Amino acid sequence: MTTAKAAAIILAKELRLEFRTRELLTATVIFALVVVVLFSFAFDPTAAESRRYGPGLLWIAFLFAGSLMLNPSFAREHNNETLDALRMAPISGFAILLGKILANFIFMSLAELVLVPVFAVLYNLSLTGIVSRLILVLVLGTLGLTVTGTVFSAISAHARMRELLLPLLLLPLLTPLLIAAVESTTSLFAEQPALDRTWLAFLAGFDIVFLTASWLLCDHLLEE
Amino acid sequence: MKARFAITALVALLIFCAGYAALFIAPDEATMHAIQRIFYFHVASWNAMFCAFFVAFYASVAYLVTGKRKWDALGVSGVEVGVICCTIGLITGPLWARPVWGIWWTWDAKLTSTFILWLLFIAYLLLRGLVEDPEKKASLSAVFAIFASLDIPLVYLANRLWRTQHPQPVIAGGEGSGLDPTMSKVLLLCLFAVLCVMILVLVDRYRLELLRNEAAELRYEIESRGLDVSNGQETPALQKGAQ
Repeated sequence: MTTAKAAAIILAKELRLEFRTRELLTATVIFALVVVVLFSFAFDPTAAESRRYGPGLLWIAFLFAGSLMLNPSFAREHNNETLDALRMAPISGFAILLGKILANFIFMSLAELVLVPVFAVLYNLSLTGIVSRLILVLVLGTLGLTVTGTVFSAISAHARMRELLLPLLLLPLLTPLLIAAVESTTSLFAEQPALDRTWLAFLAGFDIVFLTASWLLCDHLLEE
Repeated sequence: MKARFAITALVALLIFCAGYAALFIAPDEATMHAIQRIFYFHVASWNAMFCAFFVAFYASVAYLVTGKRKWDALGVSGVEVGVICCTIGLITGPLWARPVWGIWWTWDAKLTSTFILWLLFIAYLLLRGLVEDPEKKASLSAVFAIFASLDIPLVYLANRLWRTQHPQPVIAGGEGSGLDPTMSKVLLLCLFAVLCVMILVLVDRYRLELLRNEAAELRYEIESRGLDVSNGQETPALQKGAQ
């Protein structure tokens, strides 16, 4: 079985599992909303300030929500001891990892699909004319978040205090991604929206580097 | 045993010479005067930190390739020593900055990147503390160390691209550019001395880790075989196996 086909099957399994209850998705969206509301108390969201701080706050909300959402990815496998069964299947380790990465990417994207319009409404930012470019930035940023987050979920699944450990491992590592995503989003929300090529290239580079690293190290990650 | 004592004594002498040189032999800097002398140890600890983290990166890769526990021991030693050197740098920096810049800290590219580096490798140490199984601890922390090391150039690049839009505080005096010849000699001496101290501590920590691993293995061996190794004083754990 090819890696792609195996990953697709794992992806289907993850989606099926999540859409039975949808508890993770709803919890993620609500938590991100709470973060967005809390930030509104930290600064007065006038038009100028929303444009300045808005993108930063949006991405921080995504990072925090993502850190919580990515935990069950491997924690569930570890608790139910199903990772052994997955490893015994005649599929490569990278297929398992890739399937989970794609599943988390889809969940995160669904959450963002809900959150970005709500955020635009709450902070009076206009989305007209920048939707497709914003989607590009969101896709690249979310991909980086889910690749590293899934890998660290696999790492922290073996540890105690994994709910605390995952953000602790993930957030310092994601600072370049945060900077790049915030800068790209800010230039899109500016008076004259523009797509910042440098930062987009940086985001793409970040994704490629960590996807490659995950591929090289996947077998060590999935040992039980 | 004697060789180790001699080497330790030599390194101690070296660091004393470096300290003396930095405090008394190096000429007084034009604008900053006495506080500038902290620069000799500040730069030296960064240098030592980079070397320590490089050793840790190399050891992590070697562990994943070979599977030998000694590489894991070297990895954790490198990270621990590197974190200490980083902490020294992060403390000496603000101590210097306060009288010279008037501020304790600024979020420029170098400082932010270094702070992230410190946080990442502290996370490594926390990860090691929270995973119990030794083999899993070794492989997971090796994977994390590789990810962290890959991230460092990205962090620095991102911060550089980002922060150059903001005005930078003026860094007066020698940062390696156009140093007075005596100053550069003292700097080289301090670099070498602090590096030697770092290597000494790293090797000792490595030996300690190897001994700990050996002791743990022996303890496990004793318990699994249920041997009676008590000499009249029975410990509860051993009594259990000695039935």
